[in-house]
Amino acid sequence: MTDNSIIGTLIIHLLAALLQLAFWRKTVTQRYISVIAAFLGLVSAATLFYKVYSGGILIMNAANWRAPFGIVFVADLFSSSLVLITAIASLAVSVFSAAGINRARMLYGYFPIFHFLVMGLNGAFLTGDIFNLYVWFEVIIISSFVLMTLGGRKAQLEGAVKYMALNILASMFFLTGIGILYGITGSLNMADLALRIPKVQNQSLVNLTSVFFLLGFGIKSAVFPLYFWLPSSYHTPPSAVAATFGGLLTKVGIYALFRVFTLLFTPDDNLKNLLVVIAVFTIVTGMFGALIKDNIRRLFSSLIVCHIGFMVGGLGMYSKIAMMGAVFYLFHDILVKTNMFLIAGLIRQLRGSMNLKLLGGIYGQYPKISLVIALVLFSLVGIPPLSGFWPKIYLIEAGFDTKKFLLVGTIIIGSFVTLYVIARMWSEAFWKNPSGDERIQDTFASLPQYKKTFLVLPVVLLCFCSIMIGLDAQFIIEIVDRITDEMINTAPYIKAVLG
Amino acid sequence: MELILVCLIGILYASGMYMILRRSMVKLLLGILLLGNATNILIFLLGNLTAGKPPVIPPDMKVFNDIYADPIPQALILTAIVISFGLTAFAIVLLKRVYVLVDSDDLDDLNTPEEEDI
Repeated sequence: MTDNSIIGTLIIHLLAALLQLAFWRKTVTQRYISVIAAFLGLVSAATLFYKVYSGGILIMNAANWRAPFGIVFVADLFSSSLVLITAIASLAVSVFSAAGINRARMLYGYFPIFHFLVMGLNGAFLTGDIFNLYVWFEVIIISSFVLMTLGGRKAQLEGAVKYMALNILASMFFLTGIGILYGITGSLNMADLALRIPKVQNQSLVNLTSVFFLLGFGIKSAVFPLYFWLPSSYHTPPSAVAATFGGLLTKVGIYALFRVFTLLFTPDDNLKNLLVVIAVFTIVTGMFGALIKDNIRRLFSSLIVCHIGFMVGGLGMYSKIAMMGAVFYLFHDILVKTNMFLIAGLIRQLRGSMNLKLLGGIYGQYPKISLVIALVLFSLVGIPPLSGFWPKIYLIEAGFDTKKFLLVGTIIIGSFVTLYVIARMWSEAFWKNPSGDERIQDTFASLPQYKKTFLVLPVVLLCFCSIMIGLDAQFIIEIVDRITDEMINTAPYIKAVLG
Repeated sequence: MELILVCLIGILYASGMYMILRRSMVKLLLGILLLGNATNILIFLLGNLTAGKPPVIPPDMKVFNDIYADPIPQALILTAIVISFGLTAFAIVLLKRVYVLVDSDDLDDLNTPEEEDI
């Protein structure tokens, strides 16, 4: 069914960014616009989600050119739920940024670029055209380059070089894959490709092409052995930026992997095994990285890598239950990882440092904030009934079904190491006596009340979402069940797009 | 024509990869540029080269009767060129800035230790 309102969220963020460009030096106005736009985006995304949830797949033909000739935007349940979760996360980041980003960064266009980034994310989730996906990826990475370097500290620029080089390389692989795919099928529309690819005579050429996509999206989603840019760059930008990156950017790579390897290519056994092996190594390297880090944000960056492995493993097992677990984990991970980096920013405000050796005594001074943070940490670790618990059950169950015992073991060990790392962080930062180091200073206490609210509210909002996902898991499982049905049986998607 | 292009693509990819693997930041930039051009020519080649045939239907006909050039690869390449132009401009400024701050062209020098984090 055609419905032009599916790109509403995208338009709202585009207009917000353009409007903010007009208020270049008025940072207060920019803050208002940003929060209002993020809220409107959430409303629009929720409407879209409800429409798709109750009415099925919606499409929009750009400039009314029918698919497969024009660019088509498709909102199936997977896309629309990711748009909704992105909207929640970006509302939280936008509110946090209003108080957490310093004025100098805002004067150089922090908010417009942030909204361009969110627009790019929405576009990537909604597009139904593989080349258009590439363009949205470029929108995302060029905005993220600017956000990462904004401020120009030495560590930031050093991280940005690695981030830039690897991400451009990833786009290059992706573009090469698209070029070959166009050469062998003569189409760029994903639904049309899904019909044409099985008819290609030389299927080994198709497999080769799929490896280009795996490489490109693999770099973007930071899987082993292509993840090195992530731990060396995500700890450098301000926490609000790191929250957007950690929560959303790697997950777009995972989304694209799921989309491409369910709709376009059907992985053969070799590729499935490769994905499982990649997942195992990703979990192991991520968790070892997290074990040795003392800086909270470096620690979280390694945990991102570790948990990416869970989702790639779910794709690698390629059974319905495994993909249900992976998609559920994706939803949970976006909210929790965004929240983790916001918490890192909050700790920075509370103590002026993010080094575990210097921190301490936050629980004694701020018991209420600590309680909220504890809930988020529980959710990350996967203590039932919070959100991290249910997807792991599905992943482990699927691992036994498909006899991938090594992956099951790694997932369990990875969860325990996450628990250990988080427990260590908790006791060092919250329970330990204050270190009394002269570098520790509480900038939070002297902030005006509204700024305090702006810093704490997003953490509470995302925490609330995590709790709701955990408590109302039945609803999420119903959604995830329908999403995986759409992934396995792609006929409704193709029919909706091609008519 | 195809053979020449295939060789050219191979050389561009190989030299681009070689440049990216070097430690110098300038060579990294050149490598990225070469890879980008190699990709563009690859798309051009895979879109089936047709010499001297326009991609538009002649005014006195309703449909294509003859072989025609496919305009889509050109459109894709044009988009990719514009994007890589923007990315390259950013990359040059970034690398220049890093060079000023770190005072080195060596990628191995870009490691601020963890102790200096705040």
